[in-house]
Amino acid sequence: MSLHATGNQTVGPFLHIGLAWLNTDRIAPPGVQGERVSIQGRLLDGDGVGVGDGMIEVWQANAQGKYAHPEDTQKKHLDPGFKGFGRIPTNSKGAFRFSTIKPGSVPGPGGVGQAPHLVIAVFMRGSLKHLATRIYFPGEPANANDPLLGLVPAARRATLLAKRLPGRRNAFEWNVVLQGKNETVFFDF
Amino acid sequence: MSRLRAYRRPHPGTQPEYDFPPYASTRKRHPTQPLVVAPQTLSELTGPVFGYEDVKESDHDLTRQHKDAPIGERIIVAGRVLDENGKPVPHTLIEIWQANAAGRYPHRTDQHDAPLDPNFSGAGRTLSDAQGRYRFVTIRPGEYPWRNHHNAWRPAHIHFSLFGPAFLTRLVTQMYFPGDPLLEYDPMYCCIADEKARRRLVSVFDWESTIPEHALGYRFDIVLRGREATPMEKNAR
Repeated sequence: MSLHATGNQTVGPFLHIGLAWLNTDRIAPPGVQGERVSIQGRLLDGDGVGVGDGMIEVWQANAQGKYAHPEDTQKKHLDPGFKGFGRIPTNSKGAFRFSTIKPGSVPGPGGVGQAPHLVIAVFMRGSLKHLATRIYFPGEPANANDPLLGLVPAARRATLLAKRLPGRRNAFEWNVVLQGKNETVFFDF
Repeated sequence: MSRLRAYRRPHPGTQPEYDFPPYASTRKRHPTQPLVVAPQTLSELTGPVFGYEDVKESDHDLTRQHKDAPIGERIIVAGRVLDENGKPVPHTLIEIWQANAAGRYPHRTDQHDAPLDPNFSGAGRTLSDAQGRYRFVTIRPGEYPWRNHHNAWRPAHIHFSLFGPAFLTRLVTQMYFPGDPLLEYDPMYCCIADEKARRRLVSVFDWESTIPEHALGYRFDIVLRGREATPMEKNAR
């Protein structure tokens, strides 16, 4: 039997009615191992205006580089209580903020390790299906050989890198720019 | 990791484009640069796992969340979650939200001049069972106006959000009702180019789930991306 996947539709302006119950902006509960990081940013439309009716979802491995998922069969430890999932709504100015732990390296195509990254889905009114992107961390030696970063034109790679916020330990800024100069790279899987 | 199989690419015409001028809000919110086609890695072939501890049994019944029953026509919305190979998707989280019977959402930005219903919040969730089946009890949502174009009205619909087994199976969609005269004028419905795929967003009246002297049943089967038959290495992606 062969079927085609159901068509995507926008979340619309009232997404939070159905989705807010699962909002999680502290992805790593206390006690989870790893380097704590916080990431803040804005979701910006083609006029540079914040998107107030949107949200991002985050999916990530633990600090060892293992996903809490049955198909991750690597011999690495799972952290009890760490699901690796976050859902963060944007506020009326399009801003979002979450905290987590920096994930470890996970295997990529051909067994080459991927640089630490967060998998991101962006949902909003005005988007008929969600957008897929990633957040990488600055200064990681593995970024140079990351199989996905390598596919991105060099001039656009910076849109996937969180920026360290000066004067604050392990605090980063990462924005989703939907159009124009510095338009965020989105992936097609 | 060597035997992970990739998820199939969308069949042409069955998924919307990001840039769809009839839906005016896509204009400033779609990427203008081409998407970067990327290999599916362990990061995308996995995804959050939810279980019965995440939902309460009562979360599937939107008519029993308040002191009294909501106003409106009580309905059953039930169906199966399958993948593109026709296999059931078991134990996956399904979230729904919808307007009340008058076409109003209990949301601060919904200014439609229609009454709120203190007995209806319009949100529910459940997990599919081992055979991929799910079932909600709710009321039939009302149509409502929006400002997309002159005299624009949304057909009655229920929003659905599903996870499936991987980041790549994530789906947010809308379910419509059979015979709704607004469908052909609705940019959301019409954004799916393929007519057969579009029609699959419309539920089917269903005697099987209809409860005598209580509620009409509508069947809405949902298909998530399925996997290729051969492991990724052979596809040389």
